Amino acid sequence: MHTPVQTKSGALAVAAAPAKRLLPAGATSIVLAAGAIGLALVPLVGTPFYLQLFGKIMIMAIFAISLDLLVGYTGLVSLGHSAYFGLAGYVVALASPKYEAASLLLTLPLAMLAAGAAALVIGFLVLRTSGVYFIMVTLAFAQMLYYLFHDTSLGGGSDGIYLYVKPVLSVGGTELLNLDKPMQFYYFIFALMLAVYFGLRMILRSPFGHALVGIKANEHRMRSLGFQVFWYKLGAFVLAGMLAGMAGYLAACQFGYVSPEILSWHNSGNVLVMLLLGGMGNLYGAIVGAVSFVLVQELFSSEALFGAIAKHWQLAMGIFIVLIVLCLPNGLSGLLNRPAKQAPNEADDD
Amino acid sequence: MTEPALKVSALTKRFGGLTAVSNVSLQIAKGTLHAVIGPNGAGKSTLIHLLSGDLLPSSGSIHLGARDISGLPPDQRSRAGIGRSYQKTNIFPTFSVLENCRLAAQSREPHAFNLFRPASAYRAITETAEQALVAVGLQHRAQFSAGFMSHGEQRQLEIAMSLAGKPQVLLLDEPLAGMGTEEAENMVRLLHELIKDHAVLLVEHDMDAVFALADVLTVMVNGCVLESGTPEQIRNSPAVQRAYLGHEENEHA
Repeated sequence: MHTPVQTKSGALAVAAAPAKRLLPAGATSIVLAAGAIGLALVPLVGTPFYLQLFGKIMIMAIFAISLDLLVGYTGLVSLGHSAYFGLAGYVVALASPKYEAASLLLTLPLAMLAAGAAALVIGFLVLRTSGVYFIMVTLAFAQMLYYLFHDTSLGGGSDGIYLYVKPVLSVGGTELLNLDKPMQFYYFIFALMLAVYFGLRMILRSPFGHALVGIKANEHRMRSLGFQVFWYKLGAFVLAGMLAGMAGYLAACQFGYVSPEILSWHNSGNVLVMLLLGGMGNLYGAIVGAVSFVLVQELFSSEALFGAIAKHWQLAMGIFIVLIVLCLPNGLSGLLNRPAKQAPNEADDD
Repeated sequence: MTEPALKVSALTKRFGGLTAVSNVSLQIAKGTLHAVIGPNGAGKSTLIHLLSGDLLPSSGSIHLGARDISGLPPDQRSRAGIGRSYQKTNIFPTFSVLENCRLAAQSREPHAFNLFRPASAYRAITETAEQALVAVGLQHRAQFSAGFMSHGEQRQLEIAMSLAGKPQVLLLDEPLAGMGTEEAENMVRLLHELIKDHAVLLVEHDMDAVFALADVLTVMVNGCVLESGTPEQIRNSPAVQRAYLGHEENEHA
């Protein structure tokens, strides 16, 4: 183990010790590609129930990926990420006419911009803090939004509002995409998830992305190298807020209903747990986490399997999460690229 | 005489009742090395922190050329042309050696980056980083993980990172700390090269290196400047001999 470890040229070594992998490097891509094909095939083999279930999973995957940009890459642990998810959900519900379909081309950018604007304002304030203060203050702003919608008639109060007709995408009178049609909606979510995943992959390869990873590794040194750390973090915060808004938009369309619950801290906590389950700092861990979280939740709450105990699924879920975190500190995705052995942190030639 | 690259006037830093740096004035011209020596706790590191912006002064001023930078935060001072190395190695250990320097060079690019263009496509930045590695003699390590290099090489990388930012003034906080004889000799040779194009402020405990490199020496004791002058003047100063080098004299006596 005294040979120096070489990083792939141009690639950023994010792992603590870039050591030998359990699986060859290409195996991760193959597993992920197989997963993607599996998701693409769900509508062809599954019942409407599964279409809905896996649609929801991919929406949560987009949400979790957006949080990974903050937690896994920039080192910002936000416990208020539901604010942007929920706000975008309310925007589409409020912006849609009651008995006809809204334009997807109008409402999706509007919802994402609203979420991004909220992230800009909130980020401008909260990014002056760090550590546990950052966690608390992001939570506080999300709670403010929660009570804004819960206690005022702005969005129907605690009852929430229905989205009776889902948005459509039509160009020149031709309907290209109708979110009321489950199959179309499913593939739309699928396409957006892939776009977010590969889009962020590219962004993280850009100088901006490299700076974010540097900030997570050593913020102080980045500042002394001349980086305006605050603006980089704000950029990441706004981008993550907009992508969370995309997920919130899709969630509102899928359920056809928004209530203050989508703004609640449970929602922020769940997406953080998804990241812990799947593993952070590699984007696909967020997808793995969303899939496992929702499926395990379905499993433990199934009365067919667990009978009367199913009511207490949260207990089983909690034990499952604790076990995963204890046994797999890098999450489930860590199984794909776990270092075979910790490399020694010493010089190679003296 | 040319205008000094860095001019420090009556710089003072108080932490509550403790005055860590008291009324320190000094000037560094391009092409010279100004060494600051003194016993532990003399305020040398605090002085460097004040110059790099990691700490803000209680009073006094710092001018970079004609520009007053006393109130600027570290990132702005860095972009203004002050590069520093840290006493305790402060690199990105999990990144490649080249990436450590590439980040340093990237911070100098004023324009907004294309989010969808990979960092490796910005040739000028990578070339600046590679030149910095060549300057310190680490080019053969470019693709290594920085954390896996020897201590001496990591110290060299510290300096390469400062150089990649193309500074006019270099603040070096004990670059020889913990180095073996051969590594230290290499570093002294490197510093000789760096003096040509930079104004260098060096804090160092290795007196052989200090007297070999310094054009001007400032001796600090308890936050104050005890004496400032050429190495010859400092060597012959009775005050310095009493306060600092004096221990040696006593031992010899």
